[in-house]
Amino acid sequence: MEVVFKRPRTLLKKPFTYCPGCHHGLAQRLIAEVIDELNIADRTIGVGPIGCSVYIYEFIDVDFVVGAHGRAPAIATGIKRALPDCVVFSYQGDGDIAAIGTSEIIHVANRGELITAFFVNNAVFGMTGGQMAPTTLVGQKTKTTPFGRNPEVHGFPFRLGECLSVAEGSAYIARVALTRPQFIRQAKECIRKAFLAQIEQKGFALVEILSPCPTNWGMSPKEAVDWLEQHMIPYFPLGELKVKECLSRETS
Amino acid sequence: MEKVLMRGNEAVAEAAVRAGCRLYFGYPITPQNEISEYLSFRLPQVGGVFLQAESEVAAIHMIYGAASTGARVMTSSSGPGISLMQEGLSSLAAAELPCVVVNMSRGGPGVGNIQPAQSDYFQAVKGGGHGDYRLIVLAPSTVQELVDLTYRAFYLADKYRNPVEILGDGMLGQMMEPVVFRDPEFPPLPPKDWAVRGKGNGPRKWIVCFDLDPKGLEELNLRLWRKYRRLEEEEVDYVTFGCSEPEVLLVGFGTVGRILRSVVREGEKEGLKLALFRPITLFPFPKKALQEYARKARAVLVVEMNLGQMLEDVELAVRGEVPVFFLGHTGGVIPTVEEVLEYIHFLLAKEVRVWK
Repeated sequence: MEVVFKRPRTLLKKPFTYCPGCHHGLAQRLIAEVIDELNIADRTIGVGPIGCSVYIYEFIDVDFVVGAHGRAPAIATGIKRALPDCVVFSYQGDGDIAAIGTSEIIHVANRGELITAFFVNNAVFGMTGGQMAPTTLVGQKTKTTPFGRNPEVHGFPFRLGECLSVAEGSAYIARVALTRPQFIRQAKECIRKAFLAQIEQKGFALVEILSPCPTNWGMSPKEAVDWLEQHMIPYFPLGELKVKECLSRETS
Repeated sequence: MEKVLMRGNEAVAEAAVRAGCRLYFGYPITPQNEISEYLSFRLPQVGGVFLQAESEVAAIHMIYGAASTGARVMTSSSGPGISLMQEGLSSLAAAELPCVVVNMSRGGPGVGNIQPAQSDYFQAVKGGGHGDYRLIVLAPSTVQELVDLTYRAFYLADKYRNPVEILGDGMLGQMMEPVVFRDPEFPPLPPKDWAVRGKGNGPRKWIVCFDLDPKGLEELNLRLWRKYRRLEEEEVDYVTFGCSEPEVLLVGFGTVGRILRSVVREGEKEGLKLALFRPITLFPFPKKALQEYARKARAVLVVEMNLGQMLEDVELAVRGEVPVFFLGHTGGVIPTVEEVLEYIHFLLAKEVRVWK
């Protein structure tokens, strides 16, 4: 019988430890698929963050370096500058990349650092137990916004992708979701292009992946997917936010 | 061998290149800017990388990344910048990554000023950031020693897989002295088979600075502890100068060591029996050697450009066997030979007689 679907070579054979309904596993599988298809596992180095995203190093079968909160882009810079022939990617959550590590991500984008960044946005601090993130939506209740996020007190949800798009050094910025098969196919194409932007030396690339967090949102997996589509996507629109010349634009 | 006249900051930069450092990440701060200015043209000449980071926080994490690949890497800063690097230094120590950090320290606390001071001693030798860890800390007192200790810093960092801090001060960084760049000569080091360079055909590797399992994290801490004890056995270094059985044993590091050398010489002319004990390794601190030297003296006088930081380590080493006195200036005020001598006369006339 013909095998039409199997575990990517670069995804290690062990069960994901993420909560039911979380999309980290999906995102990491897609990254592993693209690493396989581009045949770059032998020269790829991943950089992990702190937070739920950190577990990526347990699942993707490439070399990994994990450092302090928010500093993954700086660590990736050090690795890439030391080993320019390696493919370097970072993988961070919203607290890590858009709060404590905002400075580092803005400057890698501005330098046009040849790294590929993945940003999993679930609008909440996951590992620490559901506190407000920079991407928490207006009105959204979290452990530290028990009455809902109030812009007068907490400011507005931060659109990091749009912010990085205006940096001269960024080559490819896209926002994707994984809530439908169609979205998943588009996301994989964006992940592929983000790696190619690095391999073809076009510049910095980032893919923001919207993910539900049923545990900290207090919802079932199905409710969380619906909430993401109804509330997150309107504020964080999907699509390619920046495609520098030489990279073809994908419709989504 | 050719002698060249060089500023301390430029000499440490050149020595780093000669020691095989090929990547430097840093952020401007006075009084150490000549280090990065020099490396910004020198590293490209040898195929290396100079990158000015957006902050000291980013610089130290670029170091973390580059050190993970097994490359010889360096950063430099001063007081407030070194404070910002503490997060990364704790991570580097936990991940057992080698690197060299130069601190041309200045007056603190806070933004302080840009004058020479030694008030970063505690931060340098006691860990500095969170967790149970130590840096290897070397304290040069001349530009020549700065060069030679830079070579040694890279060697020790690799040998022990631990960050090394060269603790100078603004005076050492700014002064010009003749130096000779000998070829660094050290025993061979083991291959860096732990480095992350892409897995190639082999099994993958990873470098992390955490262990979620309590027993695993305790094992890491114990491994670090054993490393620090081994450092204390094998790498302690210091110099002594002057009388073998002094009335007063002077203890000072770095720039103060130079001043105390003059104090010993000038004191001799006045009939004083003095000696200098200058630790070169501040961690590991030369505890045993200092205790033995102190036993031969009637009193110990610690002089620092702070308000008594190394003093605590001296007191621990001497263990109350000999009275320990202190003279310090801070904020960029530099002790003079005259005032140290005056204090010694005062001690010999009053205090020491009371004690013994």
